[in-house]
Amino acid sequence: MTEQPAATQSPNVSSSPDPVVLRAENITKVFPGTLALDNVSFNVYSGKVNVLVGENGAGKSTLMKILAGVEQPSSGHIFLEDKEIQLRNISEATAHGIGIIFQEMSLCPNLSVVENIFLAREVTQRGVMIDRKTQKEHTRELIHRLEQTIDPDTLVGDLRIGQQQIIEIARALAQDVRILIMDEPTSALSATEVEVLFRVINELKSHGVSIIYISHKLDELLQIGDYVTILRDGRLVETAAAKDITVPWIIEKMVGKNPAALFSRTEHAIGDVLLKVENLTLPRPGGGYVVDHVSFELHAGEILGLYGLMGAGRSDLVDCLVGARPEGKGKIWLHDQPILASTVSERINKGIVLVPEDRQREGLVQTMSVSDNILLASLRSYLNGFYLVGRKEKKAVEGMVKSLSIRVANTNQPITSLSGGNQQKCVVAKALLTSPKVLMLDEPTRGIDVGAKSEIFEITSRLAEQGYGVIFISTELKEVLAMSDRILVMSKGAITGEFSREEATEERLVAASAVGHGLADTAGHNGGTTTYGHN
Amino acid sequence: MATTSAIPTRKAHRFTRANTLQFLLRGRAFIALILVVGYFTITLWPQFLSTQNIEIVSKHVAQNAVLAIGMTFVILTGGIDLSVGSIVGLTAMIAGMLINKGIIVPALGVVVYPSTWMIMVISIVIATLFGMINGFIITRFNVAPFIATLGMMYVARGLAGLLNNGYTFANLVGRPELGNTGFEKLGAGDFLGLNYSIWIMIVFAVVAWFVTTRTPFGRHVYAIGGNERSAELSGVRIKRTKLLVYMISGFCAAFVGLIIASQLVAAHPATGNTFELNAIAAVVLGGTSLAGGRGSIGGTIIGAFVIGVLGDGLVMSNVSSFWQMVIKGAVIVLAVIIDQVQARMQARIALQQQQEVR
Repeated sequence: MTEQPAATQSPNVSSSPDPVVLRAENITKVFPGTLALDNVSFNVYSGKVNVLVGENGAGKSTLMKILAGVEQPSSGHIFLEDKEIQLRNISEATAHGIGIIFQEMSLCPNLSVVENIFLAREVTQRGVMIDRKTQKEHTRELIHRLEQTIDPDTLVGDLRIGQQQIIEIARALAQDVRILIMDEPTSALSATEVEVLFRVINELKSHGVSIIYISHKLDELLQIGDYVTILRDGRLVETAAAKDITVPWIIEKMVGKNPAALFSRTEHAIGDVLLKVENLTLPRPGGGYVVDHVSFELHAGEILGLYGLMGAGRSDLVDCLVGARPEGKGKIWLHDQPILASTVSERINKGIVLVPEDRQREGLVQTMSVSDNILLASLRSYLNGFYLVGRKEKKAVEGMVKSLSIRVANTNQPITSLSGGNQQKCVVAKALLTSPKVLMLDEPTRGIDVGAKSEIFEITSRLAEQGYGVIFISTELKEVLAMSDRILVMSKGAITGEFSREEATEERLVAASAVGHGLADTAGHNGGTTTYGHN
Repeated sequence: MATTSAIPTRKAHRFTRANTLQFLLRGRAFIALILVVGYFTITLWPQFLSTQNIEIVSKHVAQNAVLAIGMTFVILTGGIDLSVGSIVGLTAMIAGMLINKGIIVPALGVVVYPSTWMIMVISIVIATLFGMINGFIITRFNVAPFIATLGMMYVARGLAGLLNNGYTFANLVGRPELGNTGFEKLGAGDFLGLNYSIWIMIVFAVVAWFVTTRTPFGRHVYAIGGNERSAELSGVRIKRTKLLVYMISGFCAAFVGLIIASQLVAAHPATGNTFELNAIAAVVLGGTSLAGGRGSIGGTIIGAFVIGVLGDGLVMSNVSSFWQMVIKGAVIVLAVIIDQVQARMQARIALQQQQEVR
C-alpha cells in the first residue's frame, strides 16, 4: 500500500501541500446483491472543505456513513493521522472527533431546541441533574453564531424545515469536532442562511476543523469547497482542487451528460387568467399573519415562480390554496368561478393540487407500494360502481411511469425502494392523475440529483405547455429564474415583489425577499449564493 | 393466501437464502398454524381432527375472528379499539333485555315487544353507535384511540351491568304470543352443515378482504396508517374514514354479542370480558403492524385460527389454564419479534432494490 493512494489518480492533488487528517483507503461496501462502494480511496485534507459529489446512488452517503461509524466497510481501512482506526458505531466516531449532520433530519420534534442540541450529551450537575442554565446559554450562543433569532425553548416540531436544518447544524457545532461531515446541509436553506452557514464554515476552517461537504448544488460547492471528489456508481471518478474546475466539468464527470441540457426551457403560450386569489390571510397563533393579505393571478400555461426566505410564508400560502389550513381565509376563483369548498379533497376535485415540500413527511405513504402511492389521490377514477378495477389502475400507473420516466422494475415494489428523484416523480404523478388545472410544486427539486432535477424541470415545462397553471416554489434563485414566466417574491407573509421574466435578476429577487428583515443590507449587495453568471 | 401473494411478482430469478428466509417470515402465521394443527393432530390423535371437534374449534375461532376483522380495520389506521369486549357484553344484554322485558314506553304506559329480527337490528345499531362515539371522540377532540376506547370499555361494561342490575337475562327464547321467538337459532342453527356463526365469519372475512383490497375506502385506511399527513394532502378524508373504522369495529362486536347470547340462550353482563385482547392478539399474530399501514384480513383470520387452535388444543391436552396463559402470551410476543425482524429485512431489501434500479 502506498502512502498516497488517491494521488496517483489525480494530478491536481499530487502537488497539494495540505496535510491529510483522515484517510479512507480502498473502501469497498457490499450490500447483499449490490456493490455500493468499489475500492474507493478518499482523503480529507486538514482544515479544508472536502467536497463529495455524485448522483443519488453514487455512494456518497454510504461513504459518509462509513466515516461516521454508522455503517462498516466490507473491506478497506480508515486512518486518522496515519493511525488506523475502527469505527464500529457513532459514539466511537464521536470519540475520535468526527461529527455528522445527516441529510434526513434526525431531530426529535417533541423536544425543545436546547434539548435537541444537547440530546445524549446533556450537561449535568454532579452527573445527575441537567444543568438547564448552562445548556440554554450555550444554545443562545450557537444560535447567535448562526445569526438566527430562534427561541431556545421552542419545540423543534414547531419550526419550519429550514430552521430545523439550522438547529441540526447548531447541534453539530455544539460538539467540538475536528472533522465535520455535512450531508446536504443547505437543501432547505435560503440564500441568506446559506451565506451565514458559509461564514460559519470558514470560521471552523480557520480553527483547523476539516469539513466533508456533500451537496447537489454545484455552484455552491465551488464557492465553499477546496477539494472536490466525484463519485459515480460507487467508484471514484476524479479528485481535483476546486479552483481548477468549473460546474460543467463537474456535471460531465458526474453524469456524462451535456450540461447545457440542464435548465432547458421551451417557450409556451400563456392563456387567460386561471386562478385568482384575493386577500388570502392565515393568522399566526400568537398574533400577526403567516400569510398577510395576499392577492395574485395565475394564467393558464404559466409557470409562476414563488421565491422567498425560509419562513416567508410561501409554503403556508400554497397549503392554504390546497385547503390544508382550514383557518386560512380569502377569496379564490378558478376560471371565474368562486371556490367555496374548503377541504383538501374538495379542492383536489376542483382541480387544485399540491406537491408538498417535504416528500417523506407529506408526500409519500412509506408503507405502500409505488403503484398505490401514485394512485392514492385519484382512486375515484378507477371505480366500477364501488370497487377498484385493477386494469384501470394498471393503465394509469403504467402511463405515468412512462410519461415521467420513473425508473422502477416493478410498480408493486415498496415506494421506499426508489431513489429520491424517482420518489419525487411518484408524488408528481399522484398529483397529475387527479387531472388538476392548477399544480403547485413546493420545492420539487429538494434533495434530488442533477439528472432527476432536469427531468422535473422538463416535466414542469411540458405541463405548462399543456395549459396547466403551475406555481413553482424554490429556495434556489437559479431554479426560480430559469423556470418561471413570472416571479412573486414573499417576505414576512406578504408579496414584496413581482417580476416578469425579463425584469427578474438575482439581485432584485434577493432585495425583495429581504424587505422587512434586518438583514436587508447584507443580503442586498451580495446577490445570493452564486458567484458566476446566469445560464 | 394473502401472506404469500407478494412473492410471485419477484419471480424466482434469485432464490437466495435471504429470499427464502423472507418468504418464510412472511408466511409465518400460516406456518405457525400448520405447526399448531400438526402438533395437536399427532398428540391428540384421533379426536382432534374429528368433524365434531373441528366444528367446535371453528365456532370458538369464529367469535374471535369476527372481532379481529373489525379490529384489523382500526389497527390498520394506526388506532386501537379496547372497547370491543365490553360492546360484546352490552349488545348481549340489550338483546336479552329486549326479548325478556321489551321496550317500556312510559308516555303510553305500554310495553312494546319487537320481533326477533328487530331486536337484532336494534342491538347492532346501538353497538355501531357506540363505535361511532369512539370515532367521534378520537377525530373531533384528538383523544388518543387508546384512551378513548379505554374509557368506552368501562362505560359500556358498566351500562351492560346496569341493564339488569348485574344479573343475567336467562332463557332468551321469547314467547310465541309476543312474536319474539327464535333468537336461539342464531347460535344453534346451521346452513349446509355449518353453524351460522361460522358462516358469519366467512361472509365478514370475504367482505372485509374485498373492502381492504379493492375499494378506495380500504386504500384510504392503509394510507392513513402509513402516513396520515400524506394521506390528508392527497385528499383522503381522514376524520370520516376513522369514524367509519370504529363503527365497523362496533358493528363486528355486535354480531359477536348476539352470537354468544344466542348460543347460551342467556345474556350475562360479563360476556366478552377481555375479548379485545384476544382480537388484538389475532390481528398482530396475522402480521398487521400496530403502527398501522401494514397487514391483511387473510393474516388476521389465520391469526385467529392459531389462537383458537392453540387454546382448544391446550384445553384438550389437559394443560393447566395458567400454563395456557403463559404459552399464549409467549406466542404473541414472539410473533411481534418476528414481525420486527421481517420489517428490518424488508427495509434492507428495499435499499438493495433502490441501488439496483438506479
